[in-house]
Amino acid sequence: MSKSVDQPEMNRREFLGKTVVAATAATVAPGVLLTVANANSEQQGVSSDVRWGMLIDTNKCADGCSACVDACNKENGIDLQQKPEGHSDEMWEQQRVQWIRKVKLQDKQTGEQTNLPLMCQHCEFPPCVDVCPTGASFKRADGIVMVDRHICIGCRYCMMACPYKARSFIHEEVANQLANAPRGKGCVESCNLCAHRIDDGGTTTACQDACASKGHNAILFGDLKDPNSAISKVLKEKSSRQIRADLELNTGVRYTNV
Amino acid sequence: MKTLHYRELWCSSPRYWGGLAFLGVIILIGLVAAFYMEHSGHYVTGMTNQIVWGLPHVFAIFLIVAASGALNVASIGSVFGGPMYKPLGPFSSLLAIGLLAGGLMVLVLDLGRADRLIVAMTNFNFKSIFTWNIFLYSGFFVIVGVYLWTMMDRKVEKFKRPVGFAAFFWRLILTTGTGSIFGFLVAREAYDAAVLAPMFIIMSFSYGLAFFILTLMSAFWWADRTLGDVRLAKLKNLLGVFVGSVLYFALVYHITNLYITQHHGVEGFILLNGGVYTSMFWIGQVLIGGVIPLFLLYSPAFATSRLAIASASILVLLGGFFQVYVIVIGGQAFPMNLFPGKEVLESSFFDGQIASYIPTMPEALLGIAGIAVAMTLVAVGARMLRVLPETLEDPEDECA
Ligand code: SF4
Repeated sequence: MSKSVDQPEMNRREFLGKTVVAATAATVAPGVLLTVANANSEQQGVSSDVRWGMLIDTNKCADGCSACVDACNKENGIDLQQKPEGHSDEMWEQQRVQWIRKVKLQDKQTGEQTNLPLMCQHCEFPPCVDVCPTGASFKRADGIVMVDRHICIGCRYCMMACPYKARSFIHEEVANQLANAPRGKGCVESCNLCAHRIDDGGTTTACQDACASKGHNAILFGDLKDPNSAISKVLKEKSSRQIRADLELNTGVRYTNV
Repeated sequence: MKTLHYRELWCSSPRYWGGLAFLGVIILIGLVAAFYMEHSGHYVTGMTNQIVWGLPHVFAIFLIVAASGALNVASIGSVFGGPMYKPLGPFSSLLAIGLLAGGLMVLVLDLGRADRLIVAMTNFNFKSIFTWNIFLYSGFFVIVGVYLWTMMDRKVEKFKRPVGFAAFFWRLILTTGTGSIFGFLVAREAYDAAVLAPMFIIMSFSYGLAFFILTLMSAFWWADRTLGDVRLAKLKNLLGVFVGSVLYFALVYHITNLYITQHHGVEGFILLNGGVYTSMFWIGQVLIGGVIPLFLLYSPAFATSRLAIASASILVLLGGFFQVYVIVIGGQAFPMNLFPGKEVLESSFFDGQIASYIPTMPEALLGIAGIAVAMTLVAVGARMLRVLPETLEDPEDECA
């Protein structure tokens, strides 16, 4: 452009045109890169006649035992995830996926110690589901709260909203995975009460089985709506509590002796 | 009063194109950084499962909040009829659009799956405030765009006031919506406060005006046009009021929090023993973003000093950035209290511990690119559209 008079009418048109072209390109380009998601959060065959839940007897949960955590990692292929090459251990510890974790507590007054596993509490009114913009975070009819990894955009708002820090974000490339627990880099995931087992007619979760095989039997899984289920019977007899009951989320995971 | 003529910004080519090229390079670097983070996965950032929203969110929220405030000048001009502000309306709308676009770009490129943006545009969960924000943001572009049009085109001028009102209310809702993103996080103590939403509105006024003053001064310098002292003094006084209000709201926020015993932990963390967050609060937010600018704006020694006005605006933006940082990152770093009365002895997931976060270069580059996008849109817009008056000399008959 050689013209330097202060009357840019012609140039302005040209400039306008070019800008419009550039803007259009910028808008359309992401569409071309688009991954088509086939969203299907409504699972078929899941009944609202049941509500899956868990009861954890912290008295039975052993100090130093991590059987439930290991079993979960194996069952859901979490142990297939590797620390990216050259990455520091310290960062990896904070970035690796954890569906279930062991927590050891001490009462500030009495000094009494408690051990317990902590995972997604499968709330009846889950905050993660409320905040999720796309509906990827959803609650099944049978009470299981999980993420549809096909429509999760990785905004992490659910992680901000979860009172239990139950969710993990996949920070790294996924090289290997199991068919029953599909996952992908850039999405959020959390405990789904071994939904694949339940959908195949199973009645236990991997963590429960592992705990039982160690002889601790601290984890009891079952249908909260069935008055004759083992979990309902124990809940009726013993006093149990929800973590952060003050938030009134009506969690599906309960604890005794905390 | 003389009739005003608006004209496109027309600067000598090297200065204009050089500036644009510079901004373009910054944007390009930011996009490369975003691609790198997206391609490798977020492990290359400082973000973790404890600090899930990092530096990009700080930039994005900062810009989005500022965007709605930048529109303030237009609102004062056409909604409340301030004659000194009227000629500045179109430019203020353009800046608002630019800042919002820059902020949204950062927000979107920091998604775990930015390529699924279309999913976010087609799957809506209407219980989510995020979903509402998608509509608030798109609506903002449309309404402010129309508003800009009514200000520039005589034929539709009669709609200016109603559209102006609509834009004014829309952006109040928009800022409330942005603030509410935090209000919905019931479990996190730092965000559990009713004053957060109004505080975001007043923050937006302050940051938006600081951006406005800076871009206006540079545009006029770029184009060699005159900007009157009286008009600048008006803007400067207004900025002073906003900066004071932000300080006041921060005070109310922390005092109300101190009334709630449950929140003593997080308050002590921000105000006393939170290390980097405490310094950012006192030195960044209060001193750099509040006390020093107030001094620069109100001290008679700098009554007409343009350098003082520009420096004050820059400091307000810096302080605002720290403020958003403390809210977003500090609020996450403080541990959630899952077991009241108990101390966490062991946890593989860092329960009960203060989370650490060290931002990485790519995150910063992406954030800075957001600012560059905003500035580019303003530069291109001012070059294409008649948003700036030919001169803003002080009117003779109207001395403040
Ligand atoms: S990270 Fe995924 S599941 Fe979580 S709120 Fe965002 S889109 Fe929903």
